[in-house]
Amino acid sequence: MSKVFIILQANEETRSIVEAIEQDNPDAEVVHEPAMVKVQAEGHLVVRRETIEEEIGREFDMQELNINLITLSGNVDEDEDALTLTWNS
Amino acid sequence: MDIKKTPKKLNVKEKYRLMTRDLAWEPSYRDEKEIYPYVDYEGIKVHDWSKWEDPFRLTMDAYWKYQAEKERKYYAIIDAHAQNNGHLNVTDARYLTAIKLFLQSISPAEYASHRGFARVGREFAGVGPQVACQMQSIDEIRHAQTQVHAMSNYNKFYNGFKDFANQRDRIWYTSVARSFFDDAMSAGPFEFLIAIGFSFEYVLTNLLFVPFMSGAAYNGDMATCTFGFSAQSDEARHMTLGLECIKFMLEQDPDNIPIVQKWIDKWFWRGCRLLTLVAAMMDYMLPKRVMSWREAWNIYGVENGNALFRDLARYGIKPPMHWDDVEKSIDHTSHQIMLGLYQWKFGTAFHSWTPTASDIEWLKEKYPTTFEKYYLPRWEYAIAQKENGGEYNNFGLPKLCQTCQLPCLFTEPDDPTQLAHRETEYEGEKYHFCSDGCQHVFEQEPEKYVQAWLPMPSLMQEPLKGDLAAWMEWASLEPTASGEYANSEDKANFEKWRKQVSTD
Repeated sequence: MSKVFIILQANEETRSIVEAIEQDNPDAEVVHEPAMVKVQAEGHLVVRRETIEEEIGREFDMQELNINLITLSGNVDEDEDALTLTWNS
Repeated sequence: MDIKKTPKKLNVKEKYRLMTRDLAWEPSYRDEKEIYPYVDYEGIKVHDWSKWEDPFRLTMDAYWKYQAEKERKYYAIIDAHAQNNGHLNVTDARYLTAIKLFLQSISPAEYASHRGFARVGREFAGVGPQVACQMQSIDEIRHAQTQVHAMSNYNKFYNGFKDFANQRDRIWYTSVARSFFDDAMSAGPFEFLIAIGFSFEYVLTNLLFVPFMSGAAYNGDMATCTFGFSAQSDEARHMTLGLECIKFMLEQDPDNIPIVQKWIDKWFWRGCRLLTLVAAMMDYMLPKRVMSWREAWNIYGVENGNALFRDLARYGIKPPMHWDDVEKSIDHTSHQIMLGLYQWKFGTAFHSWTPTASDIEWLKEKYPTTFEKYYLPRWEYAIAQKENGGEYNNFGLPKLCQTCQLPCLFTEPDDPTQLAHRETEYEGEKYHFCSDGCQHVFEQEPEKYVQAWLPMPSLMQEPLKGDLAAWMEWASLEPTASGEYANSEDKANFEKWRKQVSTD
């Protein structure tokens, strides 16, 4: 199995986003590095709008992720409700 | 009472269709071939351009909105950096060498990439890639501009920043990045996308930006950290574009597979050679290090690269041809490049130094099988020369590789005590290479690479005919910006100014 990951800038906004990702992906591993935070998981990772909205306390547009995104790995699929990352192997 | 119905917002897929696909039209009075003359000659067959879709489904209106937000964040920090003597917050002035190298080699590459994407955005016949390439083109010029702007704050105080635009074309180590991007820009549109979008952005850009920017943060350089992350937030989209494009080409026609494979082999190797400069930066130029080149390679090269190529195996794509040679070189390249930069430090627009005692301990720990055995004795020789009042310089000119343009200073993949050297004769002329990988690239397209502009041979030609002093002046290689860090104005000034702002 291959690991997918998403790396975000470490800041006030992404603290809630990372907490939301952790809730939706109980097996994901969170790694803190200088100024950035990496969330990785085997094969599949999902980032859900609803969970982020609950954590962040306001409406959230999935494309807002663009602002704090540093990099990611895996095939991307995004719509208004979720961003998923997958490897097919 | 009437309840006012709010109009339903378009969903992302629908919006993407309307604001991207719907912008295209069928030409009526001109032939497709006249409009897109360059999409066929590379041999890539496309049957249905509409199959290409941006997985982020980003439309222009959202693009401007989020890019503007990134710019506001960026300038808030750049202003604070300039207003608060941010340049004195870096660990020490040795760190400046890393960002000088970045400004001289990478920022002009961003600009080249901007031009390249503007071109291919015009040349592709599908509206999906046209829009995505246009966004990337605008991103790339933003990167070049924000980088230059961030570093202009250092240019007020330190040497080596002022003439980066000319130096990009004139110095021996900057010609490495220049030749990489010139090679891509003079290729066809599909090869350009594999070169920059896939090989550079997807496979290698993490190795450049992520540890470098994290390193900038760790070394107190808010300005660089900020432009880095601001640029990198676009890279995630670029990487995704690169991956989508390769999947698109592979799914359109099985005949595309061998062509794409050849480009992957070529551009992976060329990218790895370019990144040897980043390897030296990570292992030697950051006063406080985040991770070694080997560790970064293990995460972003091996782990991530393997995941990618396992995924692409379903199309019949194999890992790049010279992957094993790269893997074997990882524990050696940073040391070989840094020893090279140090011995030719009279010809660099940044300062270099011999590793300190704590640097040496770190290098021993990170490279247990190679550093102490092969490279420490050479550094000790250089240190001993300094202690005896001398200086370790090599005033001979390096022999440059015809393909990657780095000096031929690498060793054989299986024998780190033997310098690698390859030679090919083409139309009565001899050409030199640093490796099998570079020789292979040349032999696929010799008629292209014989035209390469190489700084060392041009020094020997008209009008300079070997006049080193005249060449250094032409390349803006001023003595204040070159040489040993310990004797530099940058070091003396940084220490003086830091003392002035500190209360100790």
